[in-house]
Amino acid sequence: MRALGVENVAIAYGRRSVIGGLTLAPMRPGTLTALIGPNGAGKSTLLRALAGLLPSRGRILLGDSDLSRMSLAERARHVAYMPQGLPQGVQLTVLETLIGALKASPPVSGALSAEQAAERGLALLERLGVADLALSPLDRLSGGQRQLAALAQALVHQPEVLLLDEPTSALDLHFQLSVMGLVRDLVATAGLVGVIVLHDLGLVARFADRVVVLNDGALEADDTPQLTFTAPLLARVYGVTGRVERCSRGGLLVLADEPLPGYRG
Amino acid sequence: MTAALGYRRMVGRRWIVLALLAVLLAAAVIGDVVTGASRLGAWDLLSVLISPDTAPAAVRVIVWDVRLPLAVMAVLVGVSLALAGAEMQTVLNNPLASPFTLGVSSAAALGAALAIVLEQGLPWLPAGWLVPGNAFVFAFGAMMLLQFMSQLRGAGVDALVLFGIALVFAFNALVALLQFIATETALQQLVFWSMGSLSRTTWPAIALLAGALALCIPFSARATWKLTALRLGEDRARSFGVDVVALRRGALVRVALLAGLSVAFVGTIGFVGLVAPHAARLMVGEDHRFFLPAAALCGALLLSLASLAAKAIVPGVVVPVGIVTALVGVPVFVLLVFGRGRSA
Repeated sequence: MRALGVENVAIAYGRRSVIGGLTLAPMRPGTLTALIGPNGAGKSTLLRALAGLLPSRGRILLGDSDLSRMSLAERARHVAYMPQGLPQGVQLTVLETLIGALKASPPVSGALSAEQAAERGLALLERLGVADLALSPLDRLSGGQRQLAALAQALVHQPEVLLLDEPTSALDLHFQLSVMGLVRDLVATAGLVGVIVLHDLGLVARFADRVVVLNDGALEADDTPQLTFTAPLLARVYGVTGRVERCSRGGLLVLADEPLPGYRG
Repeated sequence: MTAALGYRRMVGRRWIVLALLAVLLAAAVIGDVVTGASRLGAWDLLSVLISPDTAPAAVRVIVWDVRLPLAVMAVLVGVSLALAGAEMQTVLNNPLASPFTLGVSSAAALGAALAIVLEQGLPWLPAGWLVPGNAFVFAFGAMMLLQFMSQLRGAGVDALVLFGIALVFAFNALVALLQFIATETALQQLVFWSMGSLSRTTWPAIALLAGALALCIPFSARATWKLTALRLGEDRARSFGVDVVALRRGALVRVALLAGLSVAFVGTIGFVGLVAPHAARLMVGEDHRFFLPAAALCGALLLSLASLAAKAIVPGVVVPVGIVTALVGVPVFVLLVFGRGRSA
């Protein structure tokens, strides 16, 4: 059970700096941290850098080991990344994608046979409650089922860190709640370090333990949703007038009222 | 039925599909060898293959020097072009990618045209190898150029595909220019070359292509899981630990070698590299353990049938196989697509 640390991380596309020297308090196992901020704030960029898909300066630490010094294959054993959306037109069943993921980069325990990989994939699907989708082609799944399949692909290597890029975008209400509930439970029960990029502040308030607010590549706030979400923050970061209210069941309600004139993002 | 059992059955079905394709291919090859201007039975064929010494000399010559090389070449070229197309479609994430659509064939045609029209070619090649040698060098060079472009900063896979299409137009224009200045004989030779024909086949050419396949197939086999993972998108594959850049580089080198040699020996046979992977995908899905062999078998089957049809359409005349491939392939492809549409 190791924490994920971000120390003085800087990321640039060519000469254009996207994130400059970001340091975050360690993200502990069993907690779900939401990365939020306006479009172009650097949320997805940071997530991709944590996954090792973008080069970055500074240190990304898992416990004491520096992830940025590991090869992609080595890193894949510790860190799982779920990008937005699965590609269309792929003629593979859900189970085949899991076997493919496992066989593409054998786990640290050594190479699995295709049958062992299939067993492991099936066990995971059962745990996620979607064993009935195992033999369904990806292309015949609904949007929500596709996200569950994608989540299974990310989890199949039994990672310590789970990075999710907007897993609920384009999902209906039912699947938004079921995917987020599943993620929160997995993170808590398996002791994963969960990091998720989300746009929906209501879902953040409800499911995240911690929220990191990025604005223009810099850290704006970093605390629990209860302490972070305030009307001034909404105005400063998102350029909206809004209210943060506590509903009768104790949850937070984040209400955006009007866009502020003169906001340029 | 449990999912585990269901999966085992699915894998079993795929093995059956591969076996059926292999049986069909064997039948098509036998049909290809016994079809031709002079009548030959399956029994004659068998006797020549088992004991060449006791068979009549005429039959021996027909089988060993004419029919068999063509039939074997049809299989090898079909396998090569289909494998090249299948790997290209996966690594470039584009269902329209094939050696034909991304400039390999056009480059080979330019190489051949230079050799035929200007008689310019590689200095150390014997005269008989001037045209295929030049065609191969240009085809290989075109793929390496694509490869180089893919490594430039910021050049995504889509840019690569667009660049390949641009290459097609550039090479075609240069070929047209050479045709414009060519003598009548050279022009005729060039047009016939570009139609694609198995009739230029020799045993050394077969050995060379077979050697290239023997070299490439183990690497393709090793890459099957990585290629399967790549179907889920580049980011996802990389997050599984797949070095996508190296995977793409390796695949494009194999494509360059296989497609380059095929086109060099038989000219442009466009449809196989595009359609065989699609047919295979419809039959066995995209688990590349099955997809790549199925594509290879489909390619070989398509080209064998085309070779057979090329001899059977007009008795006594061998129509260039490149023409027949498309004529045979298009209806098969349309049937497959519509069949799939109904079952879905």
